[in-house]
Amino acid sequence: MTADKNIKEEQIAYAKWLDWGMKIGLILLILTFIVYLIGILSPQIPISELPKYWKMKAHDYLVSAGIHPGWAWLNLITKGDFLNFVPIAFLGAVTVLCYIRILPIFLKKKDFAYFVFALIECLILILAASGLLQAGGH
Amino acid sequence: MKIRFVIVLVLLIFSLLTCNFAFAETTASNQGDVPWWIWPLILFIATFILGILAVLGGVGGGVLFVPIIGGFFPFNMDFVRGAGLFVALAGALAAGPGLLKRGFADLRLAIPLALIASASSIVGAMIGLALPSNVVNTSLGLTILMIVAIMLLAKKSEYPEVKKADALSQALRINGIYNEISTGKEIEWKIHRTPQALFLFIAIGIMAGMFGLGAGWANVPVLNLLMGAPLKVSVATSKFLLSITDTSAAWIYLNNGAVIPMIVVPSIIGIMLGSVVGVRILAKAKPKVVRYIVIGMLLFAGLRALLKGLAIWK
Repeated sequence: MTADKNIKEEQIAYAKWLDWGMKIGLILLILTFIVYLIGILSPQIPISELPKYWKMKAHDYLVSAGIHPGWAWLNLITKGDFLNFVPIAFLGAVTVLCYIRILPIFLKKKDFAYFVFALIECLILILAASGLLQAGGH
Repeated sequence: MKIRFVIVLVLLIFSLLTCNFAFAETTASNQGDVPWWIWPLILFIATFILGILAVLGGVGGGVLFVPIIGGFFPFNMDFVRGAGLFVALAGALAAGPGLLKRGFADLRLAIPLALIASASSIVGAMIGLALPSNVVNTSLGLTILMIVAIMLLAKKSEYPEVKKADALSQALRINGIYNEISTGKEIEWKIHRTPQALFLFIAIGIMAGMFGLGAGWANVPVLNLLMGAPLKVSVATSKFLLSITDTSAAWIYLNNGAVIPMIVVPSIIGIMLGSVVGVRILAKAKPKVVRYIVIGMLLFAGLRALLKGLAIWK
């Protein structure tokens, strides 16, 4: 697809990274799910026990399954089910990567307002991803 | 022929939902009666159909996904909303590159709105995860009924008249030109009422995070009717905006354990495959008929969530 001449440099750069990020994320998502389904790696939570957990509130599920919130899943990525968190988290990171890509373009254009907006957006998304914000359980 | 196809499609989805009721009863009484794989399989089929209907009905996948899957599947609303956000996010990420490259979605328009909406959606997600299920269902039901009213009543304006861009949008140089393929003309646009729109995006972000709905139903009227962006730019920028708004809320759900791959992955794949098929059917289907069917489904799902929350229809 050729880009329109009216479209700004940062928009094209953002679109290119978004395109690649989405494709990589989706392919990884399908591959890791196949690994999970055919049992190449054993899951942390036996698949037959899932119906017991998916009825619970998320907080109760974590407590009951002995899983820690935040990035603790990284310790479990050798398990078939938690391996799927890699592409899921990657899809969540694509937007941050795209924003990081356009930061230098705004700086080069001396577009300081949008540089600050993009920088704050990165910080907001990184804060959300950090795991520092924990929701209370009910 | 086309109407027959649509009727068959609707019958299929409702028969699936009816099956789910039967299974839900069995599962509630004796979990061992239903093999675990039944639910992901039905989920995949249901989201595939939702993906088709979402395209034909001109709505986002998330707004159909959360009330319908939440109302008729045995999953806790936390997991449904977590999956709903990833469904909406995946759809927005997939559509984003094309919309940006063609100039329909505008990055300069999206960035300030996304900043407000994504920060608010974090707050919404934290509120949503902290609330008891009955409160979530009741407020979700009311929200869905409000969306139905918006879909029925809100007018759209192809090229709204903006006599003078407001000071803020002028300072931020939010304006653009895009090629309208149908007429071959270049359409120049500018916007107004930017501060009011930014204020509304606080509420939109909170609701997106709280219910995992995506927020196209709210983004488009604000961009088109309030700010005066052309309809095509509004729809495209709204879709792209979801990729940012939903990212922040999705992380909150992910970090708080509200993501189960067995629910999220079949949903994403199902709805994306459905969308691909939906785009192919779009050329032949009657969008108006499908739109009313989608509104009918939303009305039904909204009432279901409301009555479930009020413990009238468990």
